[in-house]
Amino acid sequence: MSDLPLILGIETSCDETGVGLVRGCELLGESVASSVDQHVRFGGVVPEVASRAHLEAMTPTVRRALDAAGVKLSDVDAIAVTAGPGLAGALLVGVSAAKAYAMALDKPLYGVNHLVGHVAVDQLEHGPLPKPAIALLVSGGHTSLLLVNDLATDVVSLGDTVDDAAGEAYDKVARLLDLPYPGGPPIDREAQKGDPKSVRFPRGKWGDGTYDFSFSGLKTAVARHVEDADRRGEPLVVADIAAAFQDSVVDVLTRKAVDACVEHGVGTLVISGGVAANSALRARAEQRCREAGVELRVPRPKLCTDNGAMIAALGAEVVAAGLPPSSLDLATDTSLPVESPLAR
Amino acid sequence: MLLLAFDTATPAVTAAIGESSGDGVFTMRANASLVDARRHGELLSPTIRTLTRVAGIDLSDLDAVAVGIGPGPYTGLRVGLSTAHALADALGIPCHGVTTLDALAFGTRRTQPFVAMTDARRKEVFWARYDDHLTRVGEIAVDRPAEIDTGGLPLIGDGARMYAEVLGDTASAPQPLYPDAAALAELALLRLHRGEKLPEPSPLYLRRPDAVVPGAPKKVRQWVR
Ligand SMILES: [Zn+2]
Repeated sequence: MSDLPLILGIETSCDETGVGLVRGCELLGESVASSVDQHVRFGGVVPEVASRAHLEAMTPTVRRALDAAGVKLSDVDAIAVTAGPGLAGALLVGVSAAKAYAMALDKPLYGVNHLVGHVAVDQLEHGPLPKPAIALLVSGGHTSLLLVNDLATDVVSLGDTVDDAAGEAYDKVARLLDLPYPGGPPIDREAQKGDPKSVRFPRGKWGDGTYDFSFSGLKTAVARHVEDADRRGEPLVVADIAAAFQDSVVDVLTRKAVDACVEHGVGTLVISGGVAANSALRARAEQRCREAGVELRVPRPKLCTDNGAMIAALGAEVVAAGLPPSSLDLATDTSLPVESPLAR
Repeated sequence: MLLLAFDTATPAVTAAIGESSGDGVFTMRANASLVDARRHGELLSPTIRTLTRVAGIDLSDLDAVAVGIGPGPYTGLRVGLSTAHALADALGIPCHGVTTLDALAFGTRRTQPFVAMTDARRKEVFWARYDDHLTRVGEIAVDRPAEIDTGGLPLIGDGARMYAEVLGDTASAPQPLYPDAAALAELALLRLHRGEKLPEPSPLYLRRPDAVVPGAPKKVRQWVR
């Protein structure tokens, strides 16, 4: 095991500065510095605030991750960094640091895809991913359904959100319901006390024959429901609205994901991203996967949210596949397609 | 002392390797500048690698890093700072900050008062008055060019060039437009030799992030919780 290369992974695509150290499928140590507290009062991630925080946190986070892993910087064999997709200014802080570490250590640099990293991280929890697998990525920034034939070389996008990301819908609905940002945890908490059948909210793009998603209509429906009840002077039961909203999101996500497994004859579904921690999503996915005979793999919550270990995990795959390193003039790509696990 | 210096706080990506002898004599070992406001992140590291080859050194031979801390457009500025922090961390050497406008001013070698200006975007410039190439008068400010009292002093920097129409005759010969890392390296080594403290390698933002705190919900509803 120890003759596998030691990969340092750096992640700065949104509001978490993450650094992880991985050998093969083994996570040696990691550290994440989040700027989420600085975004709460704005009700969403402010790119400039995130970029400032990344710069301050970058080298201290590298040091904490090295300490957690019990390794020295000079032990590192390769540097992997998120080249995209993500926020331009945020990505640039991580990529600039990664290039400097690679130059100073005289080790190869790999600019990798954040989305594929969300899938690769599952290997740190459950071992090598069966090929092929279907992956559902759900967070404040993404809602993607992927066919993963090979993490390093062959990832196909089956569908994506056409408007808001799933987590973004949670944030917007939380705001409508006077719940705090980020909206995922409080809505999940409220929903567990409520009746999901109390209101029937629309299922965006259900039955349209694609694997795409849409959540903006759902958000509008929740807003209208709140306004109508208000006008009629009816009481608004937060738990019921949260439960009905969550039911719509979870229903369409799990149905499309399991349908993709069945259609492509794939026996494994990975759910990752911040929303993967949602209790209703997990429960519904477990039930539907059981019915369809599909193995469900969900990494632990700490690995589902943005972190450096996921980037190191993908870096390890890319190195193992023998792909050539990125050059020092590697550019960040805010909309790097998921078909490119390795940037250039 | 062997020093790597660079600055990315203006449209220029400029880097240099300089050396100072025990008695403070400065030697420039390698120097390169490129102007491309949109590609700082792509250009800086390859430029540094090229410079080490030209100077015939390894990065591990360096004694310190000096980096321009702005002010300047933030995205480019952070490329330099993030690179400097990581290099210094990996090499286990000190990282010093140098104010970008001071490096620009130092490069003029002027012995008479002048005003230096760089582009701050949004129709504003970062600017300061200097008594000579080494002596800044007061703090750096960010203002609209028409509102700046330049005291009829000669103006330098790309900020002066961009707004020459508003600023008038004194902006007719604004060169140098951008800081040169050779000047930045020399200034850093001079200050270190004199035992002066250099600024921390943290960005001079001078503006707060643009972000609006959303207003309270219009209606206060009676929620059933
Ligand atoms: Zn993510």
